[in-house]
Formats: sequence, C-alpha cells, structure tokens
Amino acid sequence: MMKRWLARFVPKGRTTVTAIPYSWLLVFFVLPFFFVLKISFSEPTIAKPPYTPLVQVTEDTKVTVSLNPAPYRTLTREVDEFATKPWTEARQDSQYLVAYWNAIKLALLTTILTLLIGYPIAYNIARSDDSTRNTLLMLVMIPFWTSFLLRVYAWIGILKDNGVINNILMSLGVIHEPISMLYTPFSVLLGMVYNYLPFMILPLYANLVKLDGRLLEAAEDLGSKPWPTFFQITLPLSRAGIIAGSMMVFIPAVGEYVIPSLLGGGEVVFIGNKLWEDYGVNLNWPQASAVAVVMLALLCGPIIWLHRFEQRRKEQEQ
Amino acid sequence: MSQRMPLSNRLYMGLGFFFLYAPIVSLIVYSFNTSRLVTVWGGFSMHWYDKLIHDDDLLHAVGLSFKIAFLSATLALVLGTIAGLVMARFGRFKGSSLFAGLVTAPMVMPEVICGLSLLLLFVALQTGFGCTGDVPPTGWFVQAGCAAFGERGVITIWIGHTTLCLAYVAVMVQSRLREMDRSLEEAAMNLGCTPFKVFFVITIPVISQALLASWLLSFTLSLDDYVLTAFLSGPGSTTMPMWIFSSIKLGLSPEVNALATIVVAIVTVLVVVSNRLMISAQRKRERAIQAALAEG
Repeated sequence: MMKRWLARFVPKGRTTVTAIPYSWLLVFFVLPFFFVLKISFSEPTIAKPPYTPLVQVTEDTKVTVSLNPAPYRTLTREVDEFATKPWTEARQDSQYLVAYWNAIKLALLTTILTLLIGYPIAYNIARSDDSTRNTLLMLVMIPFWTSFLLRVYAWIGILKDNGVINNILMSLGVIHEPISMLYTPFSVLLGMVYNYLPFMILPLYANLVKLDGRLLEAAEDLGSKPWPTFFQITLPLSRAGIIAGSMMVFIPAVGEYVIPSLLGGGEVVFIGNKLWEDYGVNLNWPQASAVAVVMLALLCGPIIWLHRFEQRRKEQEQ
Repeated sequence: MSQRMPLSNRLYMGLGFFFLYAPIVSLIVYSFNTSRLVTVWGGFSMHWYDKLIHDDDLLHAVGLSFKIAFLSATLALVLGTIAGLVMARFGRFKGSSLFAGLVTAPMVMPEVICGLSLLLLFVALQTGFGCTGDVPPTGWFVQAGCAAFGERGVITIWIGHTTLCLAYVAVMVQSRLREMDRSLEEAAMNLGCTPFKVFFVITIPVISQALLASWLLSFTLSLDDYVLTAFLSGPGSTTMPMWIFSSIKLGLSPEVNALATIVVAIVTVLVVVSNRLMISAQRKRERAIQAALAEG
C-alpha cells in the first residue's frame, strides 16, 4: 500500500524531462509576478530594499499583516478625477491614467497600421517564386536582427529639426521653417510602426504561404474578380495570421518603454515610462508594482485569447 | 504559382522596403561624416570609427554583452529544445496547456513587467539569503546564494535573458519537430533504441539547422536587449545596449552611427551566409532523397 502510494511520486522519464523547463519557468517567470503583487501592497521606505515587509512578527510572536492600499488609491483617485472634473482639468492631474491611455491608443494605432502596411508585403512575399521569396524574407529579417535601439536612434536623425527630412525639404524650398516632428505622438507612432512591422509580417507570411493556391485558381476559373476573391477567400483564410500578428504587435507595444522615451522626449509618456520613473527615479517600488499589476490585468485578456487561439489552431493542424 | 508580380505590387514592395531600409542607410551614411553634428554633412571621414575602437567603456560593454549573449543563448538552447520537444511530442498531459502558455508568454509579455518582477524576485532572494554586506555569509548554501544573487550583474541578466530567449527557441524547435519525418525515429525505436538515445543520435542531427538558427536568434536577442538588462544589471555591469541608450540620451553621437554600421554589416553577412548554407543543405537533401527514390 505504502509502496504504491510512494510510486506515484517517483517521476517517470517524461515527467523529469518536462520538469526541467517547467520548473525554470515557474521559478523565473510565474513566481516573480507574486512578488510584484505582494510588493504592490507594501509601503515605500528609505532602506535596502526600499519597501516595508507585509508580514511582521513582533516579540510576543504575534503576526501582523498590513496591506497598504495607497499605490492603488493613487490610480483610483485619478479615475475619480475624470468622473468629477472636466476632462482638460482632470488630464493634468492624472498622469498614470493618461499614460495608460497613451500606451493603449498608440499600441492600437500601431497594430492597425502595421497590419495595413504589412499584409500586402507578406502577401506578395508568399505569392512570389521560391528564389525571390527567400531574398525578400531575408530583406525583412535583416532589420529585425539589427539592434532595436539603433533602429529607434535612426529616426531621431531623420525627424529632428535639423534632421534629414527638414534638411531636404528646406533645400528644395518647400518649407522655410523646419517642421517639428520629433517628440510628438507622430514620431512615437512612426517609430513603433517601423520597429514592430517585422513582427506583423512574419506571422502573416507564415500563414499566407500555406494558403492553397488552387482555391484562388478555382475562384478565378469560376469568374471571380481579384478583389472579391481576396475578400471572400484569402482574407478569411488568413484570419489566424492576422490575429497572431496583431497580438504579437499589440501586447508588447502597450508596455513599450524605449520608443516613447527616445522619440517622445517626455512629451509622449507611456505607462512603461511611468513604471520606470517610479522604480528608478522616485524609488517608489510599491507604486511601480501596482502599475505593473494593473497593466498585466489589462493585458491578461489579449494574452489568454492569443494562447487559446494558438492552441486551437495547433490542434486543428494535427 | 511562380508568376511575376504585377507592376503595382512591385512598386508597393519597393516603397515598403524603402521604409524599412532608409533609416538604416541614413545611419550608415552619417557615420562617415566629419562633422560632429550628425545630420550636417561635412565631408568623408573614418574619424568616428577610430574613436569607437579606442573607447574603453564601449569595448568593455561589448565584451560583457557578448559574454552574456553566449551564456544566455546556450542555456536557452538547452532549455528551449527540451520545451519544444515536450510541446511537439508529449501530447496532452496535466498542465500541458499551461506549459505551452508559459513557454510562449515571454515573447509577448511587456519587458518592463518581466524586468520589474524578476528584479523583485532577486531582491527577495538577496534579503532571504541575508547578503546585505555587513556580515560575511556562512555555510555553503548561503555563500552560493549570495554569490549568485548578492549583487545584480551577469548572473541575474543571464537568467532574465535565458527566460526570454527560451520562448523563441522552443517555438522554432517545436515547429521544426512537427514537420520532421518521424519514420527515422520510429525505425530506431523498433530496432530497440531507447528514447534517450534516439533523441541524441537521430533527432538532434536532423533538426541541427533549426538549433543553430535558434541559438543565433537568441544570441542577437540577448545582445540587443535593453529593458530587461536595465532592471537586472547592477553597478559595473554596463552592457552594449546600455552604453548606446545613454549615448543617445546625451544627444546624437556619430560614434553611435559608426557602431550601428558595424552591427548592420555583421548582421547582413551572417544572415546572407546562413541563408545560403541553409538553401544549399536543403538542395543537397532533396537530391539525396531523389537519388534514393531512383535507386529504390
């Protein structure tokens, strides 16, 4: 009886193999989130580490748990601001809410624009013959493998007041005063679309290249025009690629830190920047943790949706 | 299928690639600029390259980045290959959906969240081991813990980068394993080979190209990462992206352009060469299959 009970706990080969990456991910990916959750309820202090412990054991072995809701209050107070005051006034006092809104709004715009720009590129790559396809894919990959920071940096030189675009336009006599493009929502959006474009093209390509060309030929033989064929056959069949690509762009874009801080220059602040500011500058780790918890809660929906979708797709393929 | 692209599509593709490459080309052009003002042309010079290779801070940062990238790519390759194998071959088991979710989540999870959460874990470990610096650690367990987590640096960055790269390796390995012809493995099993041996003698050689590609991708991802590194690095562990970021924050610097040009050159050569190798290997394989079929 005892032996059989024990045998249940002796791992089999497969279990051991699975346990290696599984435990790594549980320790270094899942467990840390609980620390974020925990510290979001503590108080900042000037100490090392700069937060108070939640559970305190006093001398007479009394255990006291103190949850500090202040980091979340900061966020809910801003919601109240919007509920009570006029929007223009509330905006000024609601840095976190505005930062969340900026991040979501620009991430959404980035997703739409990368989809509109990337779809035709992915489609054309998938439709071209083998050797061209390989070269084109390589051309998409090279910027993707090049340093992300350097690609963002490139846009500063292009967009700034005495940058490439303004220099060209001024020397052509189109404009006489430089146009301010850097440190605006436009420059942040441009940088995001540029950097996330390969993340959209590659999943779309992977999907479109599997599309059965005979379906399109059949449609053509039956007299369908190119555009109706596209909307009735190609587009519905590439739904999986569109969803995967969009989520691959949208989810990380919401948490973007580098692009708004280099191309937004303090004018366009994302929630990632606020988190970094609370962590690094204000040394308010509980506040940074609360910001992260709320961000994760907002992204939970899209992440789970993407996961479910991918799982279903894989099952169908098998 | 192999029809020529219509003119309008070619034009669109041209514009698309212009958008992708124009910024990179402008970076390269201005790296040869004499003028300190990055975007005002003052004549051709290699001055910034010369300055670059004599910048000790940068050279140190590049060395550190390469070391971390090598360590991360290697560990991620081992863990990611196992994870890919589990996802492709083990079918459904208790917690398999959670496992697949956990493996791929680091690919999309915003890096500020991963960075902050891992940092808080390391800080908790640091206080847990009691390595505050006042008392020297005693006992091998505490000493090992403090050696790893007492100060943030190479080890903490290594762990963070490995978790990120593991996801990419697992996905690439998984998709390669799914399209792989399993008859070889089955034949070996039928002849009495243990699963363990089959994996090392048959599976790994067959998917070796995917393994190499995922190692290279992991290496560049680690070499390139700024946000995770910024959270997980300590004093004295400045990596190349951190050097680049602070240089950009200080204002445009032609040195950064020069560095960018070198990076682009290396990446282009690597991608083109590995692509050529992959194509020739595939052709060879196809020829071998045809030859085998013709004989049979």
